[in-house]
Amino acid sequence: MENSQNKTHSIDLSNLNKAEGAADKKAKKTCFTVSDLNLFYGEKQALQTINIEIPEKSVTAFIGPSGCGKSTLLRCFNRMNDLVDSARIEGQILLDGEDIYAKQMNVADLRRRVGMVFQKPNPFPKSIYENVAYGLRIQGVNGRHVLDEVVEKSLKGAALWNEVKDRLQDSALGLSGGQQQRLVIARAIAIQPEVILLDEPASALDPISTLKIEELINDLKDDYTILIVTHNMQQAARVSDHTAFMYMGDLIEFGATNQLFTNPSKKKTEDYITGRYG
Amino acid sequence: MDKENQSRHISKQFDNELEEIRNRVLAMGGLVEQQLAKAVAALVEPDIEMAEEVIRDDYKVNAMEVALDEECTSVLARRQPAARDLRLVISVIKTITDLERIGDEAKRIARQAIDLASLPTKKNQFVDLERLGQHVCTMLRDALDAFARLDVEQALDVAIEDQKVDQEYESLMRQQMTYLIEDPRTIPATLDIMWSARALERVGDRSCNICEYVIYQVKGKDIRHISLDQVEKDFGRK
Repeated sequence: MENSQNKTHSIDLSNLNKAEGAADKKAKKTCFTVSDLNLFYGEKQALQTINIEIPEKSVTAFIGPSGCGKSTLLRCFNRMNDLVDSARIEGQILLDGEDIYAKQMNVADLRRRVGMVFQKPNPFPKSIYENVAYGLRIQGVNGRHVLDEVVEKSLKGAALWNEVKDRLQDSALGLSGGQQQRLVIARAIAIQPEVILLDEPASALDPISTLKIEELINDLKDDYTILIVTHNMQQAARVSDHTAFMYMGDLIEFGATNQLFTNPSKKKTEDYITGRYG
Repeated sequence: MDKENQSRHISKQFDNELEEIRNRVLAMGGLVEQQLAKAVAALVEPDIEMAEEVIRDDYKVNAMEVALDEECTSVLARRQPAARDLRLVISVIKTITDLERIGDEAKRIARQAIDLASLPTKKNQFVDLERLGQHVCTMLRDALDAFARLDVEQALDVAIEDQKVDQEYESLMRQQMTYLIEDPRTIPATLDIMWSARALERVGDRSCNICEYVIYQVKGKDIRHISLDQVEKDFGRK
């Protein structure tokens, strides 16, 4: 009797003290494993021996000053750097244990699994409907029912459905910047990727549209692994579970966002997030 | 403060705002220290005039707390501080709450002093009370010093000192109890003394709290509700 009473009243403080983020990290599987990644643009080294493990179904933010290599790193995850002639890569990136730079890797297939959204919304000059259906059409899916269903589901997933459901055949270019960005996200999730890469997705948007995108990111992380590059540190603090701070091509610190923004372990991180001279 | 901590914000205005907040906490601390020292002196002397002064000046402490709270809120809203800056603002908000309460304890002691001045007491009833008062005043000063210099070692020392204050308080209470038992005529005065001692002991606890915030501010580690032994081990002292 006495024992059971004790049990109900005692609180284990050690559990309360544990950072939530740390517990999350343990429970989640790894999506990307980056080992000893170096990237050169010609002679210039843009990424220096990056090692990082990105947990799946969570939001990982990359922050750092301009030119620190965060966008370059993001582009490595779906081999966008292949399009830059002078870019040369050493090291390894595994997606679910599979080397994405291996010879047998089909790059088109990789980019289907790892979607990307850029700073400036880039809808095609087509209707809203066709923008979202585009990915499926080039995969050879043309069934009206299937397309209707996917378009609706994707637009709902991107929190845009209610705003456009009555004008699906209108041109996508008539949408506002914020709506266009959500349309592009809808287009990305229509082909059901595993990962979504977001490169400054809200930097061209007004505060309300930005909040809508952030809310959307929060909804999407249940189903997708999200990697986001942002200049806006508060945005990283708001949306991400884990944050990586990069500086001059180096990954300086990677950890739970709560920890990084209240008590970073590296001085460089601290100087950057508090806005001090390095 | 080590050199590292002196690097400046890109926004000079932000630097100034944080510096201003720190300075005002120290000014408030200085005032509270003065209030407490005066209250203890007024109690031991006894000095009714001084006690009245303490009671009269308490509003200044309160006003400083309100103004600082407002300033911290404004920094949080406009600057969205992170890391060390965030911890500074958070620990200031908590520190000034404790300082304000210490101010209240000083006022309480001043009230007891006025009360005691008209009651029959025995001179040696005050010996231990005076010592406890001085001990606690030193603790508060050291705590504010630790805050000013962001000195973790000193903060830990103050926390250890609080254990001694607790012991002094207990022995003082036992001693006063003998007066209560021996001579019922001393009961009103002895109760006042016990209440004053209680107030001083609370000041010790609150000084200790301030030191905990200093450690949080510097190390980012929350040491509240963790045994002192463990904390000393964590900081490589044992």
